Amino acid sequence: MFRTLKERSILPGFGLSMGFVLLYLGLIVLFPLTGIVLKTFELTWGEFWQIFTNPRVLAAFKVSFMTSLIAAFVNACFGLLVAWVLVRYRFVGKRWIDGLIDLPFALPTAVAGISLTAIYSQNGFIGGILQSFGIKGAYSQLGITIALIFIGLPFVVRTVQPVLQELEREVEEASAILGARRWGTFRSVIFPEIMPSLLTGFALAFARGIGEYGSVVFISGNMPMKTEVVPLLIMTKLEQYDYAGATAIAFVLLLVSFFLLFIINYFQWRISKRVSAM
Amino acid sequence: MSENVDRQKHLSEGPWAKGILIGIALLFLLLILVLPLFTVFMQAFRKGVEVYFAAITQSDARSAIKLTLIAAGIAVPLNLMFGFAAAWAITRFRFKGKNLLITLIDLPFAVSPVIAGLIFVLLFGARGMFGPWLADHDIKIIFAMPGIVLATIFVTFPFVARELIPIMQNQGTLEEEAAASMGANGWTILRRVTLPNIKWGLLYGVILCNARAMGEFGAVSVVSGHIRGETNTLPLHVEILYNEYQFAASFAVASLLVLLALVTLLVKSILEWKQKQVLSQGQGE
Amino acid sequence: MHVEVYGLSKRFGNFEAAKQINFGIEQGKLIGLLGPSGSGKTTVLRMLSGLEHPDSGDILFHGVRVNEQSPQARGIGFVFQNYALFRHMTVYDNIAFGLTVQRKSKVVIRERVTELIELTGLKGMEKRLPHQLSGGQRQRVAFARALAPEPQLLLLDEPFAAIDAKVRKELRAWLKETIHRVGITSIFVTHDQEEAVEVADEIIIMNQGKVEQQGTPIEIYQNPHSAFVASFVGESTVLDPFAGLHGFEDPLPQSKALIRPEYVEIGLEKELAIPHAAERGIVRDVQFRGANWLVIVEVGTHLLSGYRSHEKPLLKLGDDVHVLIHRIYTFNEQQAELRENRLKFDPMPVYI
Repeated sequence: MFRTLKERSILPGFGLSMGFVLLYLGLIVLFPLTGIVLKTFELTWGEFWQIFTNPRVLAAFKVSFMTSLIAAFVNACFGLLVAWVLVRYRFVGKRWIDGLIDLPFALPTAVAGISLTAIYSQNGFIGGILQSFGIKGAYSQLGITIALIFIGLPFVVRTVQPVLQELEREVEEASAILGARRWGTFRSVIFPEIMPSLLTGFALAFARGIGEYGSVVFISGNMPMKTEVVPLLIMTKLEQYDYAGATAIAFVLLLVSFFLLFIINYFQWRISKRVSAM
Repeated sequence: MSENVDRQKHLSEGPWAKGILIGIALLFLLLILVLPLFTVFMQAFRKGVEVYFAAITQSDARSAIKLTLIAAGIAVPLNLMFGFAAAWAITRFRFKGKNLLITLIDLPFAVSPVIAGLIFVLLFGARGMFGPWLADHDIKIIFAMPGIVLATIFVTFPFVARELIPIMQNQGTLEEEAAASMGANGWTILRRVTLPNIKWGLLYGVILCNARAMGEFGAVSVVSGHIRGETNTLPLHVEILYNEYQFAASFAVASLLVLLALVTLLVKSILEWKQKQVLSQGQGE
Repeated sequence: MHVEVYGLSKRFGNFEAAKQINFGIEQGKLIGLLGPSGSGKTTVLRMLSGLEHPDSGDILFHGVRVNEQSPQARGIGFVFQNYALFRHMTVYDNIAFGLTVQRKSKVVIRERVTELIELTGLKGMEKRLPHQLSGGQRQRVAFARALAPEPQLLLLDEPFAAIDAKVRKELRAWLKETIHRVGITSIFVTHDQEEAVEVADEIIIMNQGKVEQQGTPIEIYQNPHSAFVASFVGESTVLDPFAGLHGFEDPLPQSKALIRPEYVEIGLEKELAIPHAAERGIVRDVQFRGANWLVIVEVGTHLLSGYRSHEKPLLKLGDDVHVLIHRIYTFNEQQAELRENRLKFDPMPVYI
């Protein structure tokens, strides 16, 4: 079967490696995921609809989407700024800061969660300041958003950075010679070039945000209808042994995630098509 | 790519603009990244050094450390094999469905960790598909080690593959094909041609995979059952202490994970630098 | 004088890219800035455009010093070696960019862009993106884009470097014709002496940061001022040391000689017009060169080469031949001279 799937190659190991890969993926990914699908389809359409349109569930989706969207947007803006500064400028400690960007990636989400809660709770460093303005830090949607900003930052920076790095210097020079000043060059020439990668980073941060658990569970306070996000809701239902409910909600979340993944891959394909043809 | 930094006067932002941009960026990073880092250590030592050391040497903490190490110790090597096999198949051969395969590999990144845990509960939990069968044979997966290992594998298997694929893609197949045409068999090619070229990237993928494996929280939280001393990994232990209001102890244990993260970042930087060296040497020839 | 440059110098770190460059370019001329890699020619071009700042020296356009002017303000068109087209913009938008920046009206832009698209033969491609174009087409877009804002000066950095050899010839001819038609002062940088000779009205040869010679292609070819120029342009064989040849007795002390194959006639005695002015030699190699034969002869202790037409009988290895050298270029530390073969003008007296 494999011989017809692939063209002939003189390198060995296709059968072995593909076999192992498919086995692994099958066992670890595909098989378990079909479990969700099957379980969901055990429900009747009516039952599914009931679960899904429960006000608490809808509220959770709304909170998840809103906070993730805002956090991803903030990350898109500041992430672009950070990437720009890291690629274009020289300053003290740049190496360290560049390495630090991956911190949210390497740090366990639980640790991030308790740490952010400590900072933004009422008697925390920043929480106290916010309190005096009458704004709630931790145990509010703001807290969730901040946690998601932390989590999503590396996605934007690390996606935009390489593209900025590879930007042809000559294109900016051409723009200058044709009369464009700095802001004009950025707007007309540089920004459109990095737009696809920025969108990819945004989508990655967003996708990560709606599924995030560890860093959110501590800072959100988990109040149903107010600060409950979808992953927390799923967890709660599991603890209550409401498998059907948990599965149905998880199924919808999964669909959204896959959709986002599809979009992300599409953008990456678009980028590579334009780049490789040049 | 030449120095991005030294640009002519009219081709870059003025010094004022630069200063402001750098300032804002640094302020943002300070707030979002550095502060949480700091806070962990501050809170960990709040009740003094003795409480700190007591917390991290306490028996439940030690079990948690052991469990974390075991889970990572199984997951990482398996994922390493998978990552390499996947990278080999994808970058060395042409076949249909390659894009689908790559998307499948990226899957765990798109899936919420809670769902990652859920799927295994649905399969192997008491009320799951195989629940009764497992109970009959007295095999425990959920609420036991195997479940934790499975969930950890699911969440971290893309890391090595994602690292290796671009590297091996860039390197091209010429060297290996040359070796094959000279009669070398598969293992020889791997050992003497492929591995030396990718060793830094491989190491980097492993380090990252390890950091995530040890730090995974959401997925493991679902499958573990939070049984102290038995099914608690380090991150879960942090959560338990926190929920019991033992804040200082919680942060103390958390600080261990922070140290792990920092070491990971440091090693990552070194490896990236080394990989760049290898690349530039190759180009210089 | 449109462009004048005095004492232009630039160094990058320890590397002196340009040392005290002086030259002047008249309005409307097409100038080739020729030299090997590292000769500083691209640096000079970039300094003219404002992309690099000279360490010292003056750049004048129409007598006005422009050193402090930004590239935006100099009114220059620049065609980069790799075109630097805006990847996400169509051909139309690329060409229109300079005019858009100047906030010209849509009508004016459309007129001008259409004009240029006609001029560069890109009709029908307006809506294409750069990655959908061939190398030659991209180059023409870069050219049109540079010309759109009606610059006073056009600079081209190795415009043909990235093009296939076959297409190169056509493009060269097209570029020369189009630039002359538009009438704009142009300077193009190249390391290909054949290209410079074919395309340029005048050539400025540079080597190691200095200007070696400026002149028309014919002047440079026939009257090189230095050994470098003589050897860089056209083919040549160098005889080092040079102790004299038949017709070139009394050489300069401690000198070398440079002989172009087109000035060497190789043949049998009856084929030469002035056989007594010729050396005797033995054929050492005969190479097929398509349009003619390249013949390598041993004359005394030297190996000289010359071309031989297909019309003449074939020469074989070891053949005894006459070698008539029409002129040589001879130079030493102090002097450089183009010498004709004396025996061509002092015929041996005919004794009746």
